[in-house]
Amino acid sequence: MKTLPAVDAVIVGGGWAGLLMAKELGSRTSLNIIVLERGPSRELSDYATDMDELDYAIRLRMMQDLSKETVTLRHDITQRALPLRQHGAFLPGAGVGGSGEHWNAQVPRFLPDCFELLTKTTEKFGANTLPEDHAVRDWGITYNELEPYYTRVDKLLGTSGNAGNLRGKLIDGGNIFEGWRSEEYPTPPTKMPYFSALFRDAAKSLGYHPYPAPSANISQSYTNPDGISRGGCTYCGFCAKFGCMVGAKAQPTNLLLPIIQKRKNVSLRTGAWVRRILFDATPKSVAGGVTYIDAAGEETFQPASLIFLASWTLNNTRLLLLSGIGEPYNPSTGRGTVGSNLTHAVGFGAATAFFDQPLNRFMGSGSAGILFSDFDRDDLDRSSLNFIRGGYFAARGYGFQPIGAFGVLPNSIKATWGSEWKKASVSYYDRTATIGFAGEHLAYKTNFMDLDPAYKDALGDPLLRLTLDWRDNERKMAKFATPKAVEVARAMGAREINPFPGLRSYDAVHYNSTHIQGGTIMGDSPAYSVVSPYLQHWQLPNLFILGGSTFPQNASANPTPTILAFVYRTADVIIDRYLKNPGPLA
Amino acid sequence: MRRRHFLTLSAATLGGVLVYSLDRKAAVLAAQHKPVRVPLRFFTETEALIVAAAGSRISPSDESGPGAREAGVAIFIDRQLAGSYGRDRFRYTQPPFEEAPRELGYQGSATPRQIYRDGLKDLQGFHFLTPAAQDEALRKIESTLFFALLRQNTIEGMFCDPIHGGNAGMIGWQLVGFPGPRMSYFDEVDKHYGKAFRPKPMSLRQTTGAKIRPSEDEP
Repeated sequence: MKTLPAVDAVIVGGGWAGLLMAKELGSRTSLNIIVLERGPSRELSDYATDMDELDYAIRLRMMQDLSKETVTLRHDITQRALPLRQHGAFLPGAGVGGSGEHWNAQVPRFLPDCFELLTKTTEKFGANTLPEDHAVRDWGITYNELEPYYTRVDKLLGTSGNAGNLRGKLIDGGNIFEGWRSEEYPTPPTKMPYFSALFRDAAKSLGYHPYPAPSANISQSYTNPDGISRGGCTYCGFCAKFGCMVGAKAQPTNLLLPIIQKRKNVSLRTGAWVRRILFDATPKSVAGGVTYIDAAGEETFQPASLIFLASWTLNNTRLLLLSGIGEPYNPSTGRGTVGSNLTHAVGFGAATAFFDQPLNRFMGSGSAGILFSDFDRDDLDRSSLNFIRGGYFAARGYGFQPIGAFGVLPNSIKATWGSEWKKASVSYYDRTATIGFAGEHLAYKTNFMDLDPAYKDALGDPLLRLTLDWRDNERKMAKFATPKAVEVARAMGAREINPFPGLRSYDAVHYNSTHIQGGTIMGDSPAYSVVSPYLQHWQLPNLFILGGSTFPQNASANPTPTILAFVYRTADVIIDRYLKNPGPLA
Repeated sequence: MRRRHFLTLSAATLGGVLVYSLDRKAAVLAAQHKPVRVPLRFFTETEALIVAAAGSRISPSDESGPGAREAGVAIFIDRQLAGSYGRDRFRYTQPPFEEAPRELGYQGSATPRQIYRDGLKDLQGFHFLTPAAQDEALRKIESTLFFALLRQNTIEGMFCDPIHGGNAGMIGWQLVGFPGPRMSYFDEVDKHYGKAFRPKPMSLRQTTGAKIRPSEDEP
């Protein structure tokens, strides 16, 4: 094994979390920093020619290469897990920028009570409200503490939107159910495609409070506090699964990489597949560095004083398990912490609506949409509901492309090929759209991750095994949300509507969202959490874990702004306190 | 080494549309007296004829518009199978292969190439049948994985960017009113509410002016 000269910090993963940490530490300190990214390098110019539905949206060119590594899945511990051999329910990105390159860039914040979910739910509704085998936890931090960092994230991204709660003052037209914001959004809302506008009017007519989705695919030119300028969105319709052709969508490659590339103290190594974190198992233990296979295939040891794990939810968890750091979670005994609290999102197309008039759905952006959160608020009256928590409804304005959109038909049409099918598919092609629902997923003792006993990656290491299924609360939430969406579709004037058929077993085939969380959760005690709210490992104080793997359970809102807010907070505490006096912060 | 196979396309069978030869030179069939011979990368000529015939029963040329035959779907599928998709370059293919519930997705070891090669064995002589007999033959295999792939690939070949060898002359995009990749709808996105806005389709190459290598041409 080749041993490289020691550096001050090594960051595993070059996505949103890793590159934001590299930018903050790299530009505010003189630390010598290496970022290790498994995938290829990416430049903005790569995206000038990527608007090819087949290669990018169907063959998924920007996603992780599953031939090298995937995960296995089972619904409960009595089953044998099998590998997810092709992409489906979630789409981990590969390469510099990670999933932050191919996202839709919808950036709402989490509700204030999400961070104190166990305490607040118990206080308001009593301990019996939570399902018997829940694993819901407080995060060890409050929304008020996090708010300034959320505001920094909005300024970094240039988020477009209308505030609904400005320092406690509710403002019509924004999300009046959101947590308080200290400042208005940096840029005004995006333009609205027809379908989203129809949804807004229908939702309003039913007494809901629709608002423009907070969008990091920005509405107009904006220069952020780092001096990075971007133009506004052109609504070309190629967002999710693509990099942005004009750079209007916030991506690590356009907001973070240009700053990192100017810093002599930060370097980025691509094609570096990290396999282990090495640590010293003495009472005063610290992590010593990481081993990886470099782009030339050589096994390499990179010693470092500070280690950041920022390799997405699933790989963060897997690296701890492979490295033997911490005790793996055991659902039978409840002992151990690594791998616990696996959550996804209750995300599905609640009502697919078929209209008489054309929608021009090729125009739009992944976050130029309308949402309403009347069933996603911390003051919801639960007396008539048989589930807890909630979610938001969405008419997202992402552009439709024909391979994916052709052949979506009302349930009344039974043909799946031939003349009748083709005729109906042509006629409904631009007259079809789906109202989405995104709901919270509670943590349960039975949903967790460990290492698979049978299946291996291309290097011979065990795959990560997910044990994951929906429970009553999610099924009831979906059952509640579906007729609400159907009602809105009807008010929009839909001729026919396909309601969501309901949640059965966890489905790894159809896309849900890439919002998988947990495995290395934060909390105020090492008894149940892996890191403190400063994202510092409880046992190895020079190891920090960034990303959705630190979320104790998932919220309804898209996770990226919350991930970035925590990275800012951790960068601050490292610069202000840790570097002066390395050791436990909490 | 494999004997070279060609798919022969004639103006009589297709009528005034573009096809893309292997070197991606566009040829307008109607303007030619002689048929165009497109070199095949994966299929034998017979296999290509069966796929072309089956594709055009899935997405027929009929009163609702041109179908798989005019789009060049068989050529598209031939190139996909010859490339990374056909050989499962990006799929996890380590054993053991086990039966699984549907929610875990396809668990088999067969690649798209193998699935086609095996599936086509059950359709021998298909291209000589009458349309009604062809439909009957397809109904018998409707629930197979081969048919699911053939159906999905036919849709892909109807609507992909022409760079991939399908959607010839952008007839698929014209059929549904998709304008292809365009730089901006800034002045249009919040107009035309409820009314069809149908800019003339442009391919990725026309919009960007760039030479683009599709994934099936990568090693």
